[in-house]
Amino acid sequence: MKAERFALLFVIVLVIGVPLVAVLARSTSDTIEMHAQMADNGGWTPSNLTTQVGQPLHLRLTSDDVVHGFAVGQSIIPPVDVLPGQWTTTTLVFDQPGKYTFYCTRWCGPNHWRMRGTIEVTGTTSETITTTPPLYVTLNLDLDAPHPSEVVPDEKPSAIRGAALSVKRDRAAELDRTQSPAQLWQALKAAPETAALTDQQIWDLIAWTYRSRTTPERLAEGRQLYQQNCAACHGETGQGDGVIAPSLMKTPMPGMTMTGHETVAPINFMDAKNMLGASDAILEGKIIRGGMGTGMPYWGPIFTPAQIQALIDYLWTFQFGQ
Amino acid sequence: MMPIELTRNRFVKATLRARWPQFVIRAIALAGFLFAILSGLIGTPVGNHNFSIVFVWIVWWALLMLIVVPFLGRGWCAICPIPMPGEWLQNGALLKPHGKGLSLNRKWPRRFRNIWMQNIAFTLLALFSAVVLTRPSITGLVLLLFLIVALVTSLIFERRAFCRYLCPVGGFIGLYSQVAPVEVRVKDPAVCAVHTEKSCYTGSQDGYGCPWLVYPGTLTKNINCGLCLECLRTCTQDNVAFNLRSFGADLKQPSGRKLDEAFKAFIMLGAALIYSAVMLGPWGALKSAAYAIGTPQWLVYALTLLGLIYVILPGTFLIAVALGRKLTHSKETLKKSFVAFAYALVPLGLMAWIAFSLSFVFASLSYLWPTLSDPLGWGWNLFSTANVAWQPYLMSIVPFLQAGVLIGGLLWACVTARRISAEQQQGRNITLQALPVMGFCFVITGGLMGLLIG
Repeated sequence: MKAERFALLFVIVLVIGVPLVAVLARSTSDTIEMHAQMADNGGWTPSNLTTQVGQPLHLRLTSDDVVHGFAVGQSIIPPVDVLPGQWTTTTLVFDQPGKYTFYCTRWCGPNHWRMRGTIEVTGTTSETITTTPPLYVTLNLDLDAPHPSEVVPDEKPSAIRGAALSVKRDRAAELDRTQSPAQLWQALKAAPETAALTDQQIWDLIAWTYRSRTTPERLAEGRQLYQQNCAACHGETGQGDGVIAPSLMKTPMPGMTMTGHETVAPINFMDAKNMLGASDAILEGKIIRGGMGTGMPYWGPIFTPAQIQALIDYLWTFQFGQ
Repeated sequence: MMPIELTRNRFVKATLRARWPQFVIRAIALAGFLFAILSGLIGTPVGNHNFSIVFVWIVWWALLMLIVVPFLGRGWCAICPIPMPGEWLQNGALLKPHGKGLSLNRKWPRRFRNIWMQNIAFTLLALFSAVVLTRPSITGLVLLLFLIVALVTSLIFERRAFCRYLCPVGGFIGLYSQVAPVEVRVKDPAVCAVHTEKSCYTGSQDGYGCPWLVYPGTLTKNINCGLCLECLRTCTQDNVAFNLRSFGADLKQPSGRKLDEAFKAFIMLGAALIYSAVMLGPWGALKSAAYAIGTPQWLVYALTLLGLIYVILPGTFLIAVALGRKLTHSKETLKKSFVAFAYALVPLGLMAWIAFSLSFVFASLSYLWPTLSDPLGWGWNLFSTANVAWQPYLMSIVPFLQAGVLIGGLLWACVTARRISAEQQQGRNITLQALPVMGFCFVITGGLMGLLIG
């Protein structure tokens, strides 16, 4: 009987003790544990965090399925990779109150862009931040209205050819962010100083105008943003043929209107008729607000105004070559 | 080779008869098993960082298929923790018999006294294996189900009915244990014949009556012997021995061949083929279909698997056996020949599983190091190995090992088929009758070579 009791004790200690120690040993620090899963399986858990201005927010991140990335929109906090079964730590400190959006930076699935969450930062700051509403809001632009260009060039406009023309314009003063390239073309066509140019030469001049208002650094930044965030749908070459595009090509049933839950084929940035009818303001609005009911995500809480402009500059390179 | 009685050595005999070594190993295994359930249910859902997946489906499987089954047969069954809680309640004791247990001790229904239930259980597991083997939560639930079914079975039926008639793992271990070079046998059947107490079956104060419902006095094959060693403890005549013998000795026994065991050979062979294609093959659509349980694609996969193991393989084999009989005008019935020749597939199947296991075990074994340090995937680093990166081992020699194992299995199967033919042909046309079966084994080996080595 003594041996039997000892055996029972041995089993109890092993069978109950080992798991119990494991569970009790789980860390109970002030670090927040965050799990990432593809959006279809739940996205970020937890997805809503709160903190205070100046107070460090310690996070331990792991992925429960595929490789994800973690970044906070409109901040300089560097993104971190979140790998399956491995833990990554990061500490966030905010110097401004507000509602920040964190998001996945890796193409983790068709609904990758839905992997977002918020960080509510409360508190006060001595600095006063003033924000300017985007142009599409102040001008009350209808972002969803079609904006086809009535004129398109015969070949891709070239900034180099445009630069070689004897006609030069004050680009900074003349590039109106509410004006589309097509409207600019019409204006130049009617202007006496450019009336002698051929239609293609006017397009080349416009290409030079768009190219020369930006810098190689800004284009590089725009290209990087595009590749990280847009190419999955719009494609590396801007033709709307990204790896996720096939899964988005759904259209409403005949006779039905869009409800806001459908997805459509991503825009082809190489399509001159569509692109040359858009303005900076429209592109900015679509990036900030997203394409309502099309599957196009909203990037307003993610990108800074400078990043958005860099991205717009890069988008124009699909129409205007060097 | 004549069996060598290892229990002649006093130390070996004392160690095998002692309860504590086996009990301690089983208790540790039970703790590990319960921890695997726990980690499956509450640990990281990332399979290659979860104890349940890494230790059950990689480490345990590697030990089982590469070492334990080929060399110790049912050695795993001897220390398996799954029936332990049920046995404890059934016996009312963890060690020697004393007191009374809780079981109703009903007899297992006669019609189910075969391994068809185990065949069905393994088939079910195979149908869902793509998910079971990769998702910790599903693995945890399946292991828990094993434990509950074993427990309930022990409370209703006598002895280790779960192990003998239900356990999907025990079914194939039993089949392949015929190949192993160890056995528990009586030294002299004449001693048993006159021993009226039959304490090896009925039990005594030193131990339990055979938990596997086997009378050791007539034991000629390993299939149903769980190596629990109770008979070694209960035999009052010192007539039970633990022997070392030649590989595949049981396959030379013409008696006791059964249809359910024959089908187990087809199930295992078919499963090895399917698993090789799904888990190691380059066909993404096939892999997706195996994972997408409940979809039409999965249904096609499931029907293919069922068709292969229950219709195509046995059907083709039947044709091969019939052809051999026709060529040699054999007087043996087709059914008896079919069942007998199916035992030639035992070494072929075991070698197929070893070759299959070599593929993924060495490719995945490095997951062991991070999982040792962080078994639940909670970010621990107990042994400073949590960040050891994945790297496949021995990949340059694995294909050669696989080729050797598969060719060895083919030759072994051919030799076995010829021996079975010799039992039936009384010295005439022995090779001719076995030739179609050898051809069948050759085609299967070729298929496995293509799938595993490319």
